[in-house]
Amino acid sequence: MTWIAKPRLHHPSLSRNAVGYTRRDYEGKVSTLCAGCGHDSISAAIIQACWELDIEPHRVAKLSGIGCSSKTPDYFLGNSHGFNTVHGRMPSVLTGANLANRGLTYLGVSGDGDSASIGMGQFVHAIRRGVDMAYIVENNGVYGLTKGQFSATADQGSVSKRGVANSDAPIDLVGLALQLGATYVARGFSGDKAQLVPLIKGALGHRGVAILDVISPCVAFNNHAGSTKSYDYVREHNDAVNRLDVIEGRAAIAVDYDPGEAIDVVQHDGSVLRLRKLDPDYDPTDRLAAMAYVNLHQARGEVVTGLLHVDPAATDLHGHLGTVATPLNQLGAAELCPGAAALAKINAALR
Amino acid sequence: MHPTDIRDPGYFHKVVDCQWACPAHTPVPEYIRLIAAGRHADAYMVNWRSNVFPGILGRTCDRPCEPACRRGRVEEGNGEKPEPVAICRLKRVAADLKGDVRARMPKKAARGNGRRIACIGAGPASLTVARDLAPLGYQVTVYDAEAKAGGFMRTQVPRFRLPEPVIDEEVGYVLDLGVEFVGGRRIESMKALLAEGHDAVFVGCGAPRGRDLDLPGRREAAAHIHIGIDWLASVYFGHVERVGRRVLVLGGGNTAMDCCRSARRLGGETVTVVVRSGFDEMKASPWEKEDAMHEGIPILDYRVPLAFEHEDGRLTGMRFQRVRAEYGADGRRSLVPTGEPDELIACDEVLVAVGQENAFPWIERDAGIEFDRWGLPVLDKDTLQSSLPHVLFGGDAAFGPKNIIWAVAHGHEAAVSIDRLLSGEEPRERPAPAVSLVSQKMGIHEWSYDNDISPEERHKVPWAPTEQALRRIDLEVELGFDDATAWREAQRCLNCDVQTVFEDGKCIECDACVDICPMDCISFTANGPEDELRTRLTAPALNLAQDLYVSGPLKTARVMVKDEDVCLHCGLCAERCPTGAWDMRKFLLHTTQAGRSCRDARPEAA
Ligand SMILES: Cc1cc2nc3c(=O)[nH]c(=O)nc-3n(C[C@H](O)[C@H](O)[C@H](O)COP(=O)(O)OP(=O)(O)OC[C@H]3O[C@@H](n4cnc5c(N)ncnc54)[C@H](O)[C@@H]3O)c2cc1C
Ligand SMILES: Cc1ncc(C[n+]2csc(CCOP(=O)(O)OP(=O)(O)O)c2C)c(N)n1
Ligand code: SF4
Ligand code: SF4
Ligand code: SF4
Ligand SMILES: [Mg+2]
Repeated sequence: MTWIAKPRLHHPSLSRNAVGYTRRDYEGKVSTLCAGCGHDSISAAIIQACWELDIEPHRVAKLSGIGCSSKTPDYFLGNSHGFNTVHGRMPSVLTGANLANRGLTYLGVSGDGDSASIGMGQFVHAIRRGVDMAYIVENNGVYGLTKGQFSATADQGSVSKRGVANSDAPIDLVGLALQLGATYVARGFSGDKAQLVPLIKGALGHRGVAILDVISPCVAFNNHAGSTKSYDYVREHNDAVNRLDVIEGRAAIAVDYDPGEAIDVVQHDGSVLRLRKLDPDYDPTDRLAAMAYVNLHQARGEVVTGLLHVDPAATDLHGHLGTVATPLNQLGAAELCPGAAALAKINAALR
Repeated sequence: MHPTDIRDPGYFHKVVDCQWACPAHTPVPEYIRLIAAGRHADAYMVNWRSNVFPGILGRTCDRPCEPACRRGRVEEGNGEKPEPVAICRLKRVAADLKGDVRARMPKKAARGNGRRIACIGAGPASLTVARDLAPLGYQVTVYDAEAKAGGFMRTQVPRFRLPEPVIDEEVGYVLDLGVEFVGGRRIESMKALLAEGHDAVFVGCGAPRGRDLDLPGRREAAAHIHIGIDWLASVYFGHVERVGRRVLVLGGGNTAMDCCRSARRLGGETVTVVVRSGFDEMKASPWEKEDAMHEGIPILDYRVPLAFEHEDGRLTGMRFQRVRAEYGADGRRSLVPTGEPDELIACDEVLVAVGQENAFPWIERDAGIEFDRWGLPVLDKDTLQSSLPHVLFGGDAAFGPKNIIWAVAHGHEAAVSIDRLLSGEEPRERPAPAVSLVSQKMGIHEWSYDNDISPEERHKVPWAPTEQALRRIDLEVELGFDDATAWREAQRCLNCDVQTVFEDGKCIECDACVDICPMDCISFTANGPEDELRTRLTAPALNLAQDLYVSGPLKTARVMVKDEDVCLHCGLCAERCPTGAWDMRKFLLHTTQAGRSCRDARPEAA
């Protein structure tokens, strides 16, 4: 929180993207979070990603639940559609919005408390259904907003600020997402924007459910020695499996690379996800192998990050249901009300 | 790059662009904040300590601070017309609204120290020497050929820019310190003066000779052709009250601008300025040209004067050759004829303002003072001592014509040299400035300076209506900001002296400062050579005149790099920093002036 508004003045070299906006045009209100909160860095990464993708702000819907993390949509994309749901209910409200208007880009923002505790049911079913969204969990291992109780993602044995060890087993959101068939699964770290921005860009461009678990240290309640979600701990235990470049447009696709060094995955929108391997054996298109890798390395105490899984043949809820291609708000009376004859036909079919 | 050494006073001083650019190093943001706080007398005294003539300079200064001002760069790409803070005109506000400051002035020395100093010329350079030395007990005598003190500020700068009461007041503050002024006394012999046994002599006699143009017709039409600076002096003394209907002014410096505007007020109906080279290359400041053109004075460029045309001893006009600029392979410019026919401009009077020269007819060449082949004294450029160590030069007399603020700066330096010399210390060893760096933190989001950034564009100083202004030579054109406008203009100042100070050990590399910074000043990145580092920061650091602030290695082995160029000094980085690795600290630098602090031996505290 600061008392003054962030000045509108910007660097003289600040440039505009293809749709005519500067990066600053994607900002929101000044953050009220604690200084140094990882969530603010994620907001900055979302701003950067949307600017780089030439997304028109008014074509984005950002939805969230309750928590410090869920407050952040107020601090970015000030000109986008927004909805704060009750605690843990972001996925179902977003699902409804998406069904009604499939023309928007959907960004769901949640916390580990919001998604792994009260919203657990919502989280898993949105994934099962394959709702087309970028679902970002800003994961700090605590309920930040309610002053730092352990959340369900806190590691067993991790020590609270007051010195008490967590005795419960953690929920691993990445493992769950892989198991439930999410078609884009990634983990990032708020302290590494070079890695995070492309992961967000890939998630926004993915048609299908994209789950992004971002470790985001809570400077007030979970950044001490003994925490496994602190800046220091994550930096020391980070095991990045790959580096992602999101390449837009056709020209880039032709670029050659040594097949041993990178994997290209073409998304529905034509963009290419180019994954430069950091771990030579890691193949993110193989879901089962990804699950095994993540489990193995996490058991060793590593924080596995990168684009962990992407399904080149992803589908989404609209595809499963065979819904109409046009957003509902663009359908006229003629399409919505097929007339007495059509109704009679339907009724006849049900007799 | 090596970590920046912020203990070097030069580092943060350079960040305060205006103060760095000011020859007298006036603490500009400090006085602007005082004006914003309504503390005009305090603001005046901050100025007075540094530049001695705030009321005069607030109207006439060449303002090297303004082109340097960060605000001008910060507004680039952000609005219609990027403009610096009106630093100079805010200084005038402090002078206009200060009230009675006599009680704040230094006291006359209670006892003399037995040392006698002679100052030749009563311009700003000599008066500064006198001001700095008299309160220390030196017996300073200032001689001037004119009856009143002030030098060119009084006799050259026209009254519509600088009213005489302002000069009287500020010259008065100096003379009231127990300085002896001997007016109406031209010094005719340096040797004779030296024989009087002064402990030091300061030569502040200016550059009193205006250049002439020796062209055909010059002698025949002499009655209607005048040297600009002589003519302006005659106007000041009331010897000239009228001018011809059609006036040509030759030259593109500030003398030309004062000549043409004075001529407009003395009956010149069509007054035209003619310059040899291009409009943009003219020596006059942009605002001086604007002021002249605003008064209906056209400026014709690329015209080389050829001859004065005359009939029966009467001037009828001037002939010019039309030229254009051409650049040779070495980048040097030459003026080549365009081939167009010569141009005849009819006129009744010509004012020649094509430059000024130094002249020291009263300094015998065997007096022991060395001169170079351009007729300028050979000086130590830091101490301003001549080849006679106790004879010093300053102001226009030292290195040729400059301006008032340079004259003041020289005066301070010369006073330090004299004080050290007569205390038996080496004048070439220059005392370091006094600096302080104090945290402005008051609370989590509270600072003891106003860190909010005004989005307003530069405010215009109101002018007297032109038709009224042109009727009288002594009517001041600029009216000065009123209190409310001054406050708003003061808000545009970025407080560049409130420095962003970084402590490596405290940073946890959370990026909060990078994310909040509106100007993309901050980067965390791998270290590298400066030229390469400049290209891969959050925003490219292309202004090489502005430093990069580089930390030591952090936990991730990266370094923090801050480009000082367009920082708003808004303090948001420090507000967002969870660990206090950033802090906002006020850097106050006072140049060392004559007195105890300039000497190595500092006996008992007073
Ligand atoms: C027309 C004009 C306009 C100007 N406008 C500005 C302006 O707006 N802003 C600005 O900053 N600068 C301006 N300047 C320049 C500025 O006036 C000078 O740079 C400045 O006054 C130099 O100060 P000084 O102390 O060196 O001496 P000066 O101010 O030149 O004073 C020298 C004094 O020495 C006296 N003197 C000379 N020889 C002797 C002798 N032998 N014995 C006794 N006395 C002697 C002279 O009578 C004179 O009074 C202007 C100059 C001119 C000509
Ligand atoms: C229905 C309901 N139950 C409980 C709460 C109290 N509550 C507010 S935020 C929060 C936890 C938020 O944790 P998380 O999603 O991890 O967000 P963080 O603040 O850590 O970013 C809880 C339990 C609530 N607001 N509503
Ligand atoms: S903004 Fe203020 S402090 Fe900064 S250079 Fe300009 S006048 Fe000086
Ligand atoms: S004070 Fe800090 S936040 Fe403000 S512009 Fe300067 S570096 Fe950026
Ligand atoms: S906000 Fe403070 S701790 Fe965080 S990166 Fe900046 S200086 Fe370091
Ligand atoms: Mg949380």
